[in-house]
Amino acid sequence: MVASELGQYVATGLLVGGVYALMSIGLALIFGIMRVVNFAQGDFMMLGMYLTFYYAVALGIDPLLGALLSIPPFFVLGLLVHRAFLTRVTGGGDPNREMDAQLILTLGLSLVITNATTMILSPMPRAINAPYATRAFEVGPLLLNQARSYSFAIALLLAGAVYVFLTRTDLGKALRAAADDPEAAGYQGIDVRRMHGVAFGIGIALVAAAGGLLATYHPIEPNVAVNFIVLMFVAVVLGGLGSIPGAFVGGIVIGLVQSLTLLLLPLQLQNVGVFVAFLIVLYVRPQGLFGRRARSV
Amino acid sequence: MPRDRGWLGIAAVVAVGLVLSLALTERYHHRILTLVLLWATMGLAWNVISGYAGQISFGHQAFFGIGAYVTVLLAAKLHLTPWLGMLGGAGVAVLAAVLIGAPTFRLAGIYFGLATLAYPLIFRILMDFLGYQEVAIPMVRDHPVLFMQFEEPRTFDLLALALLAATLVLSRLIETSRLGYSLRAIKENEQAAEAMGVDAFRCKMAAYVLSAAPAALAGAIYAHAILFVVTPDGVFGVIAIVQTLTVCLVGGVGTLWGPVIGAAIMIPISEILDTTAGDRFPGIQGVVYGATLMAIMMWAPEGLFWRLRRRPASIARATPVATAPGTAEAPVTAPAAPGPVLLEVRGISKAFIGLQALSEVSFDVREGEILGIIGPNGAGKTTLFNVLNGFLLPDRGEVRWGGAPITGLQPHVVCRRGIGRTFQVVRFFPHLTVLENVLVGAFAHGAAPAAARERARASLGQVGLAGQADTLPAGLTTLELRLMELARGLATSPRLVLLDEPLAGLSADGVELMAVMIRRTRAAGVTVVIIEHTIQALVKLADRLVVLDHGRRLAEGAPGEVTRNPAVIEAYLGKRWLARHAPNHAATLQP
Repeated sequence: MVASELGQYVATGLLVGGVYALMSIGLALIFGIMRVVNFAQGDFMMLGMYLTFYYAVALGIDPLLGALLSIPPFFVLGLLVHRAFLTRVTGGGDPNREMDAQLILTLGLSLVITNATTMILSPMPRAINAPYATRAFEVGPLLLNQARSYSFAIALLLAGAVYVFLTRTDLGKALRAAADDPEAAGYQGIDVRRMHGVAFGIGIALVAAAGGLLATYHPIEPNVAVNFIVLMFVAVVLGGLGSIPGAFVGGIVIGLVQSLTLLLLPLQLQNVGVFVAFLIVLYVRPQGLFGRRARSV
Repeated sequence: MPRDRGWLGIAAVVAVGLVLSLALTERYHHRILTLVLLWATMGLAWNVISGYAGQISFGHQAFFGIGAYVTVLLAAKLHLTPWLGMLGGAGVAVLAAVLIGAPTFRLAGIYFGLATLAYPLIFRILMDFLGYQEVAIPMVRDHPVLFMQFEEPRTFDLLALALLAATLVLSRLIETSRLGYSLRAIKENEQAAEAMGVDAFRCKMAAYVLSAAPAALAGAIYAHAILFVVTPDGVFGVIAIVQTLTVCLVGGVGTLWGPVIGAAIMIPISEILDTTAGDRFPGIQGVVYGATLMAIMMWAPEGLFWRLRRRPASIARATPVATAPGTAEAPVTAPAAPGPVLLEVRGISKAFIGLQALSEVSFDVREGEILGIIGPNGAGKTTLFNVLNGFLLPDRGEVRWGGAPITGLQPHVVCRRGIGRTFQVVRFFPHLTVLENVLVGAFAHGAAPAAARERARASLGQVGLAGQADTLPAGLTTLELRLMELARGLATSPRLVLLDEPLAGLSADGVELMAVMIRRTRAAGVTVVIIEHTIQALVKLADRLVVLDHGRRLAEGAPGEVTRNPAVIEAYLGKRWLARHAPNHAATLQP
């Protein structure tokens, strides 16, 4: 009885964690390649939820397909945002100051997106009534919500596709080269600025797709960004800032921690467990579970 | 003098605040004035840790919220007057700053900022959980003054103005004290600051505590003047930190005028927008703040104050060349008789991942000598210095200073014990003047600003840079930068200085001048250890040489002996060269 209850919590945590993993990969990709901590990542996720919602409401597209269909427009949006804003605070100068500037710029962007969405679409929460949102698969003693299960599977597929893209394709290799040593990559004829734009586009597209998947079982509202950006930060720091496999594992771990916290603490304190995990990892292993520690001197 | 101008400025801010408070008649205008004063205070508080010390805190509203909650809860539950309650709130905030800072300052840069995000979120969740979603200020009709419940809106202006004035004075005192210079040095280059005797951790903790208290007091007054009902979102929410950040970044970071300017501009704009369009467009304030942050970062990241001021002292050069008076003829003291052993290096080994940087290195440094440490690039010379001054912990071995072990001591402790250093690539503090750069070192022994300033001027005079005291380092030549760094090291009153390639990148004249300075340093009673990778430069300067190669001590002795040592020649010129010339042993590396 107790074992199956524990199993249920673990299963739920895993399923939710898969979607967290996908959104965290987006953030990690942007940090890993551009060294930019993107505060607005949660807001692009929120916009992804809305796009999937409108795909469903206006065009009758199933949200799982809608999540995938958000990838192309958000990739383009990412390219534009990078070109319009981020290139202005990148290049030259003290790298630490530059990082602060980018962080504050994306914080500003996040505020604009959240509040403009509130102004235009109203703060009222919306929901997609997908038929599978209320059904569950029965696997032995476990009940697996169908929306979460499908989302988990698609998130895993997308994460795998990103991994294959980065390790097997020329563009992926160029991206990684631009991350490892921008200067040397430049000498090899890699347009580092363009690579940064591509990385930002992919990062935004992934988090928007994750938002679409999340929208199958989570209410859609402008303020949703704040909670999720913190979860993503935690996952990415957990995995080692910038490590893609690390962010994947980090996302899964966050899902599990969130779910298992419910065994110990009441529902309102669910995220306290996540923050405590975050702080512990920062203190004990600031380079994260998968990160490389930079030489200090 | 500029110091007096600072106090005059504070007096001017207070005067303007008083005039506005007296002149305004509408309640709504007083509300805006109170808000401007409170957010200026909050910005100043943030500026202490994030502006001066450069440790960007994204969670500073934690202290604001603590101040508000503690004060209001004490009044509601224990019927304690908020005048005392807000002191309690400041106390709790200071305690929280200690508890948060102690672990969090172990994190550097971006990690510190990310970690600070978590604290207000945790407090927010906790307040929800404890059932404090809405805590109303209890109405006490018989003692309105005792419970900060004023009918007259002017009273809140004056209260906020008093707090702002106190915070301005606090900031001013920090700016002109040892703490202020140390914080700015930490922001510019934490390692160089540590090597100059700055205890970075303690300084950051001091700054954090000093910035928590005014934030808490501002929160308490905000609760009574504006909120009346304290909610987790109202005081711990994102908008609180966003307003703080915006006010500081618009006005300018790292100066006490920035937050005042920023608040005077941004708060009225956002308040007026909120009242005129807030109903139709909820969130218009957020859009304005967000767009402002973006615009500032893209077009004026230094903020209005610095943009308008354009530091006058900047790159303009006062005197063309640094030449110490009478340098060329300075008496060159003969190599002194070797004194007692000052520094003992015993079996030091240090490995980085896959690279043995130092293995079993041992030698002595005797009081009053100039010891040269030479070796090809990658021989482990800088690693050795980093072990000696405490940047790195050796894997094995021991360093003894005057007979006592100093291995594993923090760099600032090593510096205060009497070991100064310079760096291979000059690590200066770019936004401090030449004098202030040296001043950071001069504070290593004693916090009195006047005495430290005196020491710093003396050190600058010693290296012939007195004329450049008020310029920024960006205007100096390589030679002058190296001299400045030497002066900074000497200002810490060391018994021994570690000079990391002081001759690199200098012209022949520069090398000559630097050599004179180094001999003078020794003549003044300071023992010198120099790293170089070219033997020639050191042969004439050093009394003794230690040769490192691939992390091992290859040879040690007088320059003449060492340069004839076959092992040394092989390390520098290779086996084949040696094979051709070895039989006659006449080869030396001397020019």
